Amino acid sequence: MIDLIRKQRYLIDFTLSSLLRRKGKNLGLLLVYTLIVFMLASIMLFTHALRQEAGMVLQSAPEIILQRMVAGRHALVPADYLEKMGSLRGVTDKKGRLWGYFYDPTVKANYTMMVDEARGLTAMEVVIGAGIARAKGIGIGDYISFRAYDGDAFSFQVKEIINPVTELVSSDLVLMSERAYRATFGVPDGYFTDIVLKVRNPREVRKIAEKLSMRLPDTRPILREEILRTYDSIFSWRQGIVFVLLAGAILAFVIFAWDKASGLSAEEKREIGILKAVGWETADVLRMKFWEGAVISLSAFILGYLSAYAHVFYGSATLFEPVLKGWAVLYPEFQLTPFIDGLQVATLFFFTVFPYIVATIIPIWKASITDPDAVMR
Amino acid sequence: MLIELTDIKKAFNQGKPNEFWAIRGVSLRIEQHKVTCLKGSSGSGKTTLLSMIGCLSRPTSGRITLGERRLSGLPERFLTDIRRHTFGFIFQKFNLIQGMSVLENVMLPAYPLGLNYTRLTKDAYRLLDHFNLTSKAENPVEWLSGGEAQRVAICRALINDPEMLIADEPTANLDTRLSEEFMGLIDELRRSGKTVLITSHDPVVFDSPVVDRVIEMCDGLLVER
Ligand SMILES: Nc1ncnc2c1ncn2[C@@H]1O[C@H](COP(=O)(O)OP(=O)(O)O)[C@@H](O)[C@H]1O
Ligand SMILES: [Mg+2]
Repeated sequence: MIDLIRKQRYLIDFTLSSLLRRKGKNLGLLLVYTLIVFMLASIMLFTHALRQEAGMVLQSAPEIILQRMVAGRHALVPADYLEKMGSLRGVTDKKGRLWGYFYDPTVKANYTMMVDEARGLTAMEVVIGAGIARAKGIGIGDYISFRAYDGDAFSFQVKEIINPVTELVSSDLVLMSERAYRATFGVPDGYFTDIVLKVRNPREVRKIAEKLSMRLPDTRPILREEILRTYDSIFSWRQGIVFVLLAGAILAFVIFAWDKASGLSAEEKREIGILKAVGWETADVLRMKFWEGAVISLSAFILGYLSAYAHVFYGSATLFEPVLKGWAVLYPEFQLTPFIDGLQVATLFFFTVFPYIVATIIPIWKASITDPDAVMR
Repeated sequence: MLIELTDIKKAFNQGKPNEFWAIRGVSLRIEQHKVTCLKGSSGSGKTTLLSMIGCLSRPTSGRITLGERRLSGLPERFLTDIRRHTFGFIFQKFNLIQGMSVLENVMLPAYPLGLNYTRLTKDAYRLLDHFNLTSKAENPVEWLSGGEAQRVAICRALINDPEMLIADEPTANLDTRLSEEFMGLIDELRRSGKTVLITSHDPVVFDSPVVDRVIEMCDGLLVER
């Protein structure tokens, strides 16, 4: 037993000095390998964290959003729908919301405008997201103006900038009073953009949605769980695109590894022959080469994963923002909550370390089962 | 341990158009504690025969026995084990592993045995000391001269304390003086009880008084005299 451990130690020692002997080649290999792991891990960590984040944000969203449909299109909801829907068991709160989008040609970006009465804003005040503040270069106390539906321009004083912690969803947000909203968009009194309902028991949500569609046939209830699913599929879809691109990179890497290994240099082949001739078993040679592969792939994996972790959670995933958050012009600057998923790590490990080891060990195995008498020539 | 070869034949590329019988029926006994030299022109099959005796390759037909044991039919693992404990090899091109130190090269054959490290290094240093190489122990092998490289190869061949030393054209890369020195070392090894088998077409080797027996080969057969 102790012999076995010692033997492995000797093999590992040999492996390490072997790696050092071919420093240039092995460093190059390590670099390419690390880069691949870094890219894959970044995407995985990033999309996963983003999904988590979106999920968390939506957790506080209302369970049901009720939209009125006219000719198949989303239309304003008359305020009396709140009474018309009657009392529904399980609904703890219902109210009309006012929101919309505003295109600002000066920064070529869409803002999300929302009424937030809870903040007690006067008709002349707004609260803006940090993305807008950055894009326009304004701060608290400065003025921001919007061109209203009728051509007039309204100026508002910035009362507050939304806390950057929640920036992912609030970057392009403008909160204003109801009066300011109606004046800007021309939405008449007595109408809302939609109606939101809070339901305490999630199992009652579907039942309530059914009742709503019956009592108010021209409305469409949107459930939070459905939104969560849509978010999920959007993120998956984007992740999918990037993965397709990366599949190419991985393939290139496998070919590279294969080439590196099957193009086992004459010198390496001779070395395997020498080792066998002086008394190493085929299994010893394989074990040694296995350690070699393991050292390279494990260090690449760890290095790649750690740098991806730093990139995503401390560097705001700078490299991927354009691809993965492509729809927003006002890029949020945010810190994602660090999150590691064991299954994800295992998947990544399997797809990077495993192919490498297979790709390198097969040609070595071929070289090491041949008779060692070739070294005598 | 007595080595006995019975009607050994070896074909390369058997069954293919370029089939070639390098050894065509050799029967031979190799005595213990003696220095035996296989002599013959280049291409006569010396290396091929030597590698079969040293368990580096297998005969196509015929029987090799090592003491009581028959080698033919043994699985690779056992052959390796026999090779490791019975034979030490000195190759024509020395075959040291480049980029590694002299000490590492000498200890290499012992790595798979998992010996105690302190004891192993001590053994290695004892050998290096004996062959006047202590000062080179930490050097990479590329720095060695031909004679030194040869001596390192001998140390490596001896590290597992084998009964038999196998040397293929050991003097091919040495000048006459170094070749004679090498034969001196062989003499010393014989005295210490080792069996030595050398191939050579160098008169310094086969005419040396150190050699007890010369066996001549030609075209894969022994030349009877
Ligand atoms: N792997 C091989 N494939 C085909 N022919 C070989 C191979 N190895 C050796 N030979 C041939 O076998 C013959 C004997 O070779 P070898 O034993 O090396 O001779 P020597 O050592 O006496 O010079 C030579 O003609 C050589 O070309
Ligand atoms: Mg030869």
